[in-house]
Amino acid sequence: MTGNKHTLVALVEDRPGVLNRMASLCRRRGFNIESIAVGHSETPRLSRMTIVVDGTNAMIEQLRKQLDKLVVTMKVSDITSDNIVVRELALIKVKANSETRSEIIQIVDIFRADIVDVAEESVTVEVTGDEDKIDSLLSLLRGFGIKELSRTGRIAMTRGGTSLLGEDKDKTGGRRQKKAAS
Amino acid sequence: MKMTGAQMMLDGLVKEGVEVTFGIQGGKVIPLFDTMPQFPQIHHVLTRHEQGAAHAAEGYARATGKVGVCIATSGPGATNLVTGIADAFLDSVPMVAITGQVNRPDIGKDAFQEVDITGITLPITKHNYLVLDTPSMPRIVREAFYLARTGRPGPVLIDVPGDVFMEETEFHYPKEFDLPSYKPTLRGHPAQINKAAKVINDARQPVILAGRGVIVSGAYAELKELAEKAQIPVITTLLGISAIPESHVLSYGWLGMHGMVHANMATDAADTIIAIGMRFDDRATAKVSAFNTRARIVHIDIDPAEIGKNIKVDVPIVGDVKTVLTQLNKVVETSQHIDWISQLDEWRRTHPSLNIRDSESVLPQYVVRQIYEATKGEATIVTGVGQHQMWAAQYYHYDHPNSLITSGGLGTMGFGLPAAIGAQVGRPEAIVWCLDGDGSFQMTIQELATIQQERLPLKIAILNNGFLGMVRQWQELFFGKRYVATPLSGPDFVKVAEAYGIPGTMAKRREDVIPAIEQALSEPGPFLIDFRIEPEENVYPMVKLGGSLVELLEGEDVKKGVVKS
Repeated sequence: MTGNKHTLVALVEDRPGVLNRMASLCRRRGFNIESIAVGHSETPRLSRMTIVVDGTNAMIEQLRKQLDKLVVTMKVSDITSDNIVVRELALIKVKANSETRSEIIQIVDIFRADIVDVAEESVTVEVTGDEDKIDSLLSLLRGFGIKELSRTGRIAMTRGGTSLLGEDKDKTGGRRQKKAAS
Repeated sequence: MKMTGAQMMLDGLVKEGVEVTFGIQGGKVIPLFDTMPQFPQIHHVLTRHEQGAAHAAEGYARATGKVGVCIATSGPGATNLVTGIADAFLDSVPMVAITGQVNRPDIGKDAFQEVDITGITLPITKHNYLVLDTPSMPRIVREAFYLARTGRPGPVLIDVPGDVFMEETEFHYPKEFDLPSYKPTLRGHPAQINKAAKVINDARQPVILAGRGVIVSGAYAELKELAEKAQIPVITTLLGISAIPESHVLSYGWLGMHGMVHANMATDAADTIIAIGMRFDDRATAKVSAFNTRARIVHIDIDPAEIGKNIKVDVPIVGDVKTVLTQLNKVVETSQHIDWISQLDEWRRTHPSLNIRDSESVLPQYVVRQIYEATKGEATIVTGVGQHQMWAAQYYHYDHPNSLITSGGLGTMGFGLPAAIGAQVGRPEAIVWCLDGDGSFQMTIQELATIQQERLPLKIAILNNGFLGMVRQWQELFFGKRYVATPLSGPDFVKVAEAYGIPGTMAKRREDVIPAIEQALSEPGPFLIDFRIEPEENVYPMVKLGGSLVELLEGEDVKKGVVKS
């Protein structure tokens, strides 16, 4: 069954093994993770994950609920159809010599990317944007020869004033409020 | 106050109300066992294999509703628990499994008897813990029991390095604990309750499909009230058997692969299905794409992830079955479905699923029915997995709540004997019968020693056909009668039992059956009967390979030669 790319964002406990639990669940339920990006969130002890997976709406909703069921997850949300800001960062090491270098720099400028390292036979480009932008830059640079490529995978956030935990109030009756642990 | 890790663990178990544990000693849990005499409230049952310990803990939990506890050492001890943990996971059985682990400095070094059991059990536990910090032990034990028994119950594993058991640190018992990301929904959403009530009130041909969730939640009275108030026939899943007394006028047996024909037909024809605490397992739905596509479906389950997983439903209600049914019963209207119910009665009359034919030989159906007669339906029945399991589910009559204990989701051969041990420990006054097959029984046969050591009055009936019978049935029907790797030349089970100090007898002819059962019941202690049943008897009804609920083989078809092998 084919579907569309979905963007899931998850707030999870910042503990060893949590990434494994999330990834393992995707694997055993038969989902191929296109990208996964993890880092700190606005709340101490919570990490934020952005997971990009392929599937139909029904399949992704099932995955979302299974991920949400894990004891380590605070909230999992499918924000694909929301109004969102999507970014990815890539480092691209391109073959360059005295003849091609200025042409590469021009292309990089057009994309509002940066050259972050220059060597005799290469330049390293840093670019931020959505996947399409990075893909376009890559296709232009490919002709020069790409020696190395590293992409972070997608991170995403909804536009407007709401936050991942805040929008949940009516559904769970403020279940995110922490009790004082003693 | 200072305590060792082992003391904190056992103190935690006592505070959680644990009275019995099942398991086996081993290098890394010696300190835990060494501490047990300081906690005489806990009785330890020594099994003969860790798989037995896990199933016994399950049997105990299924029989009592309390959390079953099993203990094993690191490495092979821990991996031997895996089958039982997976079984508990699939059937939502509350369990805490405690494993020893190599000492903290040795973790990750491939030390002697080291396995990554938290990694191995990741997909088959509700949650698991590796205790690296001794003072966290009391909190972890509390959380583990809370997770195991609340929401949708399930197994939780605690892996404890040997040096954590031995380390003495300051002890703080957590009065409260915080699992901010775990808050099961118990009450149904009022809007959904009203929607469901409307669907039920509008129904003309409704059925209730009751699953194990009714039993777990103890919602017997609420289920009965709903069925009676709205006059809705109740069909159960295999694990839902005894959610409603089978002699109740609205009880119409169980559905699925080997369910009753009329139950399958009713499920297929219903215009409204109220699914309660069940998960549309493929053995219950048969071909899932052909499962009643016309009906409006109300699905009540405590696990949101079960909603819409296998079957698209119209009105989902997430919540505890007992709570939701209490809410629902207030808004569902009294109604009648006289024509529909007489239609079900007609199907039941014209498609008798449970006839027993006349035979000089020992028929398994007859054996089960005679055990029912002799125990007046008062026994707790525990089964292994295979043909005997289906006959036990079909031909015993379950009128008492939670009176059938069987491995449904995982279908674990070898479940019967150790689970029966756990059930008998949990219900010391009950008459517990282990109905097993000769194949299934031999997978955990060593637990006979546990019965002897614990002096449990368990009755064991082996429906011995000298085959891995369910597989043989498939070979007969779908693989040209090529009986590859299914004939078993079993041991003399009566002699085996005798070697373990358990009396027994063999029943070879029909007239041996009743005396053997009576002998078993008159014996104050354990007793084993080896029933030499008709070797190639099949389980009917049976849904055809890949068929829908109503594409069935009935016993009569086979006799008429309609079914060709």
